[in-house]
Amino acid sequence: MKNLLTTTMLCAVLPFAALAADKPETLKIGMTTFLTGPASVFGVPARDAMNILVENINSQGGVNGVPIEVTYIDEGAGAEALTSEFRRLVQSGGAEVMLASISSGNCQTLAPLAEDLKVPNLMWDCGTQRIFEENSYDYVFRTQGNATSEMLAAVTYLLKTNPDFKTIAVVNQDYAWGRDSWDIFRTALQVMKPDVEVVGEFFPKFGAPDFSTEISRLQALRPDVILSTSWGADLDTFVQQAFQRGLMNTSTFVLPLAESSLERLGSSLPAGHIVGARGDHYFLHPERRDDADFKSFMAQYTEATGDIPVYPVFHASQAIAALTAAYDKAIAENGVDWPSKEQLVAAFEGLEFQGLGRSLHLREDNQGVESQLMGTSVQSGDYPFATLENIMIFDGEALLPPLGEVSLDWIKGLDAGFADSLTISTYEN
Amino acid sequence: MNLTIFLLALFDGISYAALVFIVALGLTLIFGVMRILNVAHGSLYAIGAYVTVSLSGYFLALGFAPVFAFPLMIVSAALVGVALGGPIEWLLLRRIYDKPEVLQLLVTFAVFMILEDVQRLVWGSQPYFEARVLQALGNVTVFGVTYTVYQLILLPLVATGLLLGLRFFLRRTVIGKLILATTEDREAAQSIGIDADRVFLFTFMVGAVLAGLGGALASPTTSILPGMGADMIVLSFAVVATAGLGQIGGAAVAALMIGLGRSFAVYVWPEVAVLVPYLIMVLVLLVRPEGLFGSPVARKI
Repeated sequence: MKNLLTTTMLCAVLPFAALAADKPETLKIGMTTFLTGPASVFGVPARDAMNILVENINSQGGVNGVPIEVTYIDEGAGAEALTSEFRRLVQSGGAEVMLASISSGNCQTLAPLAEDLKVPNLMWDCGTQRIFEENSYDYVFRTQGNATSEMLAAVTYLLKTNPDFKTIAVVNQDYAWGRDSWDIFRTALQVMKPDVEVVGEFFPKFGAPDFSTEISRLQALRPDVILSTSWGADLDTFVQQAFQRGLMNTSTFVLPLAESSLERLGSSLPAGHIVGARGDHYFLHPERRDDADFKSFMAQYTEATGDIPVYPVFHASQAIAALTAAYDKAIAENGVDWPSKEQLVAAFEGLEFQGLGRSLHLREDNQGVESQLMGTSVQSGDYPFATLENIMIFDGEALLPPLGEVSLDWIKGLDAGFADSLTISTYEN
Repeated sequence: MNLTIFLLALFDGISYAALVFIVALGLTLIFGVMRILNVAHGSLYAIGAYVTVSLSGYFLALGFAPVFAFPLMIVSAALVGVALGGPIEWLLLRRIYDKPEVLQLLVTFAVFMILEDVQRLVWGSQPYFEARVLQALGNVTVFGVTYTVYQLILLPLVATGLLLGLRFFLRRTVIGKLILATTEDREAAQSIGIDADRVFLFTFMVGAVLAGLGGALASPTTSILPGMGADMIVLSFAVVATAGLGQIGGAAVAALMIGLGRSFAVYVWPEVAVLVPYLIMVLVLLVRPEGLFGSPVARKI
C-alpha cells in the first residue's frame, strides 16, 4: 500500500518534474570560431574575449551558481570537420547551447543541424541576411544585426557626410560576402541617390596578395568614392597599397569593416575615410566608454592580448550576454532551479540583453536588432593608428526589413527619404 | 583601349611578373638540376617574408634608416637558404632521389605542411605589414597614375639582374659548369670526379635563397600571413609549367605572359583576372604539353 502510494505520488509529480531540469555541475557550451585560416583575425580575438568574459561570469558565481565551460571548435578546419565536431559536442559532449559561427556559409550549414539536434544555437557573428529570410527556425537565434543593417548604415552615413559625390567604384573579395554586400549597397544607393554612376566593379580573389593593377585602374578612373567591404589581410593590403600610391588622397574610401583593421593599419589609414564596425563596436564607444563594466573589460582584454578589442570581441560579449540573460529569464519566469530546454528556448523570445555595446533585443523571427556605428577616420596622435570622429550611431530597428520581407525587395521600395527617417545619435569622437 | 591604358597595364603586368619570376626562378632551377618539384618552395617564400618583416621591424625600431631593410632582405633570404634549404636537402631529399616521383612530391608537400604550421607557431595568425622601405623610395607618376618606385622600377631591375646573373653563373663560372654537367648526366659527372651530392646541396640552397628573396622583396607590398605560401607556389608552378620545367629563360617569358595577361584582364574584363594565369597555362599545355620551351623528355610530372 505504501509502495502504491509512493508510486502514485511520483507519477503525479512527474509531469512537473519534467518541466524543470536538474542543475548541472557546469553549463557546457560550444563555440565555433576561426582559430586558423585568414578569418582567425576575427576568431582568435573572439576566443580570447570569450575566455575573459566567461571567467568574469564564473568568478561572480556563474549562471545561478553553475559555472560556464566553453569548448571551442575551429571553423578553419573545414565544413565537414566542423559539422561532425558540432554534432559530437551536442550529442555526447553535453553542450546545452551552441554558439555558431563566424562564417555565413557555416551558419547556413549549422542552422539546420542545430534545428535537427534541437539544440539552441546563437549565431554570434555571421552576417548573411538570408538565414531568417529564407527559413524560419525554432532553435536558432542571431545575437547581432545582419548584412542589411550594416550596409544600410554605411550607405546612409556616406550620403549624410558626402552628399554630392557622383561616381563610385567597388573592390570586394570574390566570395559570398563580397558579392552580397555589394548587392545590398548598390541597390540601396540606387534608390536613395539615383544619379550616382558605378564606374568600376572589381572582385579580386579572396586572399589576393596584390591589388596594384586594380589601384592603377582606379587612379585612371578617379571615382569620388571607393567602397570595399573586404576584411583581414585583404583589406590591410588594399588600404596599404592604395595609401602608398596616393589613391586615398583623391577618393573617399568607404570601409564598412575597417574598425577591425584600425590598429594593424597604423598610420596608413589617413584622415577622412569612412569606417564601419558591423554594429556599435568600437573600443572608444562614445556612449559606453565611461561605464565601469566597459572600462574594466577593455583593460582586461588589452592586458591579456596586447591589442585593442575589435568587433568580434563585442559580438562574443553579446552572445554570452544573451545566453546568461536567457537562463536568468527562464529561471525567474518558471521559478525553477534550472530551466528545461523548452523553457530556455521560450526565454529567447523577445529577449533583451546587453554586451559591450548598446542593449539589443531579438525580433519575432529570431533576428537580433543591433545599433550600427559609423565614423570617419582621423589621425589624432593619441594612438599610433587612426581613430574615429564624426561618429553616428544608428538605431537598429529601422535598418532591418519588416518581419517576413526579403531585404533586397524591401530596399528596392525605399527612397531618398529613408536616410531622414532613421534615428541617429551623433558624436564628435 | 587607348595607348595610355595599354601602357599602364603594361607597367602593372611587368612589376607583377617580376615578383612571380623571382620565386619561379628558384623552383625551376631546383627542378632543372634535381628533377624534384619542391612544393615546400612556397613555405620558403613565406618564411623569407616573415623573417624580413621581423628583422626590419626590429632594426627600424632601433632607429635605423628604412633603406637598411635592403641588406636585411638579403640576410633573410640567406638565412632561409642556409638554415632551412640546407637541412631539407641534406636530411630529407637526399634520401629520395631514386624514389618514385609521387613519393618525392608527397615528401615536399609534407615539408610544406609542417612549415605552414611552424609559421603559425612562430608568428601567429595575425597579418603583418612592414612597408617603410617601400615608402622611403618614393613614387613616380606616369600619365596621372602614381606608382611606387619599388614596384615599378626596383622589382623589374632585380628580376632582370637575377636572370642575367644566374645565366652567367651557370655558363661562365666553374661551379655553374659543375651544376650543368651534373644536370646533364649525374653518373658521368660523378665518374669524372664531381661531387654530385654537394652540387645538389648547393643548388637546393640557391633555389631556397631565391624563394626567400622573393618573399623578402614581396614583404613591403603585401600582408604577411599564414597561407601566403600556398598562393605563391600555385602561381609559380603555373609559370614553371607554362615555360617548361627547368627552363630558366622560359620562366621569365612565362612570368611576363601571365603578369601581362592578368593586368590586361583587370583593365578589360576584371571578372576573369583570377582565371588568366591558369587559362594561359592550359592553352599552352594543350598545344605544347612539355611547356613553351621544354623538350618532351624533360617532363617528369
